Parts: sequence; structure tokens; C-alpha cells
Amino acid sequence: MPVTDVKHDMNDLTLTIVAEFAAPVSRVWDVYADPRQLERVFGPPTFPATFVDHSLTPGSRSTYYMTSPEGEKHAGIWDIKTVTEPSGFTFEDAFSDADFNVTADLPVSQNSYAFTATDGGTRATYVSTYATAEALQQVLDMGVVEGATSAINQIDDLLAA
Amino acid sequence: MFHALADRTRRDILRRVLAGEHSVTTLAAKYDMSFAAVQKHVAVLERAGLISKRRAGREALASGDVEAVRSVGSMLTELESLWRGRIARIDELIAQPTATERNQ
Repeated sequence: MPVTDVKHDMNDLTLTIVAEFAAPVSRVWDVYADPRQLERVFGPPTFPATFVDHSLTPGSRSTYYMTSPEGEKHAGIWDIKTVTEPSGFTFEDAFSDADFNVTADLPVSQNSYAFTATDGGTRATYVSTYATAEALQQVLDMGVVEGATSAINQIDDLLAA
Repeated sequence: MFHALADRTRRDILRRVLAGEHSVTTLAAKYDMSFAAVQKHVAVLERAGLISKRRAGREALASGDVEAVRSVGSMLTELESLWRGRIARIDELIAQPTATERNQ
């Protein structure tokens, strides 16, 4: 039962997600190190991810695409910066065209994924940092944080009224 | 659309105009801010397609577009669930033998 916490900081332009897993750090690490496992968790069942290239090696570029229910492919890349097996890695995440050329006008984020041992298993901390407030707002507005929940609840209440 | 809904005042304005048509003057009286500021919030919601305005004499009357709001609500729900879904899938995956182990 993962306990998750979602928070954002407009001053630091960061989005932080914390989850707890009942497995050792090395097991959680394997999910990210193995592209076949990573693609099983990265996209929802209706929007599966396919990693074309992926290796947790500093300086390498991971390439992936996600396939929509209509069969459209949305591609992106991870530029792997630092790797400390099994406690974490950092990378830059960007959207790309179908040939994995980075799309300049969509937000790029710097990401740090860290895994620490706890009594019951592993605490995973996912931190994404955006270059500009607009880029972060674009992502925050997309509902990844609790602020969106209140908007959704309010809207649900309205529609039920 | 998401930008339009990112502000608490705008969500409150939207709540009121979905319940029924309001003049901008009536809306402005509800908030501790200038008429111009409320008018600006209404304009953001209008540009996002969430509300529509019509003129009646000297009044601008605003009402909410229920269909547009409904589609924003479902998009937000979908995106919000992305991270939670990802974490739930990791949790499920690590409880099983790895795919590699099964295939060997």
C-alpha cells in the first residue's frame, strides 16, 4: 500500500511526489533500470509506454513513446545526467517528435528520483523542477497536484447540483 | 482552460455562473476586489470557453458552459490519476517476480 504525498513549491518551481513501497531499494531500482519493467508502470493501461532505448548510464539518452487509444504516438526523451545505483538518478525530460528530436516549445523538466530504505521497504521521492514559472504552471494546471482535486470536487458538486 | 481554473476566485465565479446567469456588477459585489479585477477574471474564463457573456441594456450578463466545464473536469481527473496510477503499478509489479525471472 503506497502512501503518496504530492506537493508543489512555486518558489523553487518544483513538483514533489513521495511514495512508499513494501520492497527493498534494489527492487525499486530494478523497475527503473530495466526498460521492460519501466514501460509496464510508466503509462496507464490505456496509454502504454514503449521504451526504444533506455539505460541508466550518465550521458545516455532514453527514447520512448506513448500510444493513445486511437493509436497516436507521443514521443519523449530522457537525458540521463547522474546515476547512483541503487539510490537514485537524475535526468532531463523533454517532449520530442516521432524521430526523437526534442520539441523546443514544450516544457523541459529536470528530474531527480531518489530511493531510500525505510523500516518497511523503500521511500521513493520524485522531484521535477521546471525552468520557468509558466512551464511549471502548465504542468500544475494539468492536475498533477492536490490543487486540482479541489477544482475537480467543486466542479463535480456543481454538476451534481 | 487549466490556467483559467488555477485561480480560486475564478473557480468561485464559475461556480456562481454555472448556477445561473449573473451580471458582472453582481459578481463584483461578492468579492473584496475592484470591479476591474473581477471583470478581468470573467474575461479569462470567457477566453477559455468556460463561460459566455451577453449584453442586456447596460449590463454584461455571464453564464457558465456546463459542457465545457464537464470536459475540463474529466481531463483534470485523468491527469491527476497519472502519478497515482504509476505508483500503484510499481507497487503491483514489485510484489510479483520480475518479467525477466518469469521468462527465464
